[in-house]
Amino acid sequence: MNPFTLSHLDALESEAVHIFREVAGEFERPVILFSGGKDSIVMLHLALKAFTPAAVPFSLLHVDTGHNFPEVLDHRDRTVEHHGLRLHIASVQDYIDRGTLRERPDGTRNPLQTLPLTEKIQTERFDAVFGGGRRDEEKARAKERVFSLRDEFSQWDPRRQRPELWNLYNGRHAPGEHVRVFPLSNWTELDVWQYIAREAIALPDIYFAHEREVFQRAGMWLTAGEWGGPKDSETVEKRQVRYRTVGDMSCTGAVDSDADSIEKVIVEIAASRLTERGATRADDKMSEAAMEDRKREGYF
Amino acid sequence: MTTPTTTGPLAETTLLRFATAGSVDDGKSTLVGRLLHDSKSVLTDQLEAVAHASRNRGQDTPDLALLTDGLRAEREQGITIDVAYRYFATPRRRFILADTPGHVQYTRNMVTGASTADLAIILVDARNGVVEQTLRHAAVTALLRVPHVVLAVNKMDLVGYGEREFERIVEEFAGHAAASGLPGFTPIPVSALVGDNVVQRSTRMDWYRGPALLDFLERVPAGVEAADAPARFPVQYVIRHGDARYYAGQLASGTLRVGDRVTVHPSGATSEITGIDALGTPVQAAYAPQSVSVRLADQRDVARGDLITSGVDVPALTQEVRAAVCHLTDRPLRVGDRVLVRHTTRTVQAVVKDLGGAAELTANDLGRIALRTAEPLALDDYAVSRRTGALLLIDPADGTTLTAGMVAL
Repeated sequence: MNPFTLSHLDALESEAVHIFREVAGEFERPVILFSGGKDSIVMLHLALKAFTPAAVPFSLLHVDTGHNFPEVLDHRDRTVEHHGLRLHIASVQDYIDRGTLRERPDGTRNPLQTLPLTEKIQTERFDAVFGGGRRDEEKARAKERVFSLRDEFSQWDPRRQRPELWNLYNGRHAPGEHVRVFPLSNWTELDVWQYIAREAIALPDIYFAHEREVFQRAGMWLTAGEWGGPKDSETVEKRQVRYRTVGDMSCTGAVDSDADSIEKVIVEIAASRLTERGATRADDKMSEAAMEDRKREGYF
Repeated sequence: MTTPTTTGPLAETTLLRFATAGSVDDGKSTLVGRLLHDSKSVLTDQLEAVAHASRNRGQDTPDLALLTDGLRAEREQGITIDVAYRYFATPRRRFILADTPGHVQYTRNMVTGASTADLAIILVDARNGVVEQTLRHAAVTALLRVPHVVLAVNKMDLVGYGEREFERIVEEFAGHAAASGLPGFTPIPVSALVGDNVVQRSTRMDWYRGPALLDFLERVPAGVEAADAPARFPVQYVIRHGDARYYAGQLASGTLRVGDRVTVHPSGATSEITGIDALGTPVQAAYAPQSVSVRLADQRDVARGDLITSGVDVPALTQEVRAAVCHLTDRPLRVGDRVLVRHTTRTVQAVVKDLGGAAELTANDLGRIALRTAEPLALDDYAVSRRTGALLLIDPADGTTLTAGMVAL
């Protein structure tokens, strides 16, 4: 390779680091959305590299649905402690307990995240909120800017988006507005995994094949647990599975797999004929515009 | 939207960013669909979603344009609003495609897509040849200095795969390309509908000796131009650690080495690079577009917005800015308007002094502009650097991105 040509991972890394530093230079109170899932773990890794040898100048925020995987929460807390970071938590369960949010009939809590997220952004006066969203995930995401301006209600209006040229990101916003920032915009699922392998980044175990008690609902393997499954008509089985995404247990499905190492996961993804979300996300199947509608309301 | 396929799981590949330009009916969506489909970048659930949506609309066959139209308004109205980015890969290379729509708003969208592109595909319909839109695409591609251009002559199946038809279009385009300042181009005869010369070489055009489109995309050099240029390092952020200061940024062009004598603009102070840190690894040299941090021999008052350069080839320091522009928003730009100018990591106030004689610029207008800035900017001609020669005009009142500018010293 020409010495002047960066590898694709180096080019993506360099671009993401540039985005983190732009935010540090232009905003007052940025925060990184951090769930303990692979995309947010990669985001944090990039932020650590961007400001080395100093500490990351941002705090972290997790919207906890109350139905998160215990292994992932454990990984989240250990990571936060290891790097001496500050973690804010917005809890969906608190909202349900207070009666501000009501449980949906289908039991999924993903759409319930929007209110706790947007209220936390307002009360903490965050002006830049990093998300791990990638444009390859979904059609509405393919149209998302790297710097995505949100109004005081956190709404996304695709027709009001600013054109984004060269690497000049415009973060101007009025008081009360904020900017969602997506440093992994140009990454694909495979890039994320290749980068995890190259940088030897630690992940929660559920990303790798293991025996697990699961049951089938709407064509997906869901983890049995106190969150609300299985129902009487559903039966639990022990299967060898892994997760391609982690989120709310009620709508994130496992895939049958024997990929128990990063290398095997990469081979499996490269050969897969299903997208990450198509394989494992129930909420995106609700309608053709499910993601777009949630983004308009303030979701990532 | 797509998960790339690759044979070597950890193969070292490079990244090519490219943009497509095409008029409404010349088959751009089909070409993009064909490229994604034949490179096996469209996955089963995406195809099923498209087939399902097509059936809901009463269509028998999957409409590949639905792969690319992502928003509700686009699907409901059958229009494309904005640039979308798509991702695919081959064992040789990773691709980011800026898919720009061919409708009314196309100029600003094409400018947006072309601003980061290593290569542009200009599509023409073999039956119609070079039309007015084609000339506009060539002009925008030349204006944005996209390093490589492919002229894809599409719908060859509808002109009997004729060599003479192809050659006639290539000759006509070559005349206009030279006039609009395009450095050169690679013509490829294709049929996106049938799949000739998109991913597979066509067997129906024996007279054509060149590569299929994907083959060319895999081999064209990417990102080399910036590393050959003079060294330009806009300071993004100062990392303080103990007594040490690390000036963090992404090399806009050229190469920096430990030991280089450097100048900091606009102050003009000089110093020497004592260390380069490549995201945690000390290195002797850094190349564009690497993100690094540098340390200098003297503890200088260097801040975000400053530009570090090495060598004798320094940028012009000026408050009189001339630029070719594309106006991006519905709000017109007029002489006397106060704006913010964003140049690399620096934002300064400015006033619009001249619009090349025009009374105002409205959305999608291309023009020439003169500005007076409140503070000096360290500018390169856009022809020298697509990074340090690029500007945005921003509305100081509400932050709207108004105009894209390319410095013409």
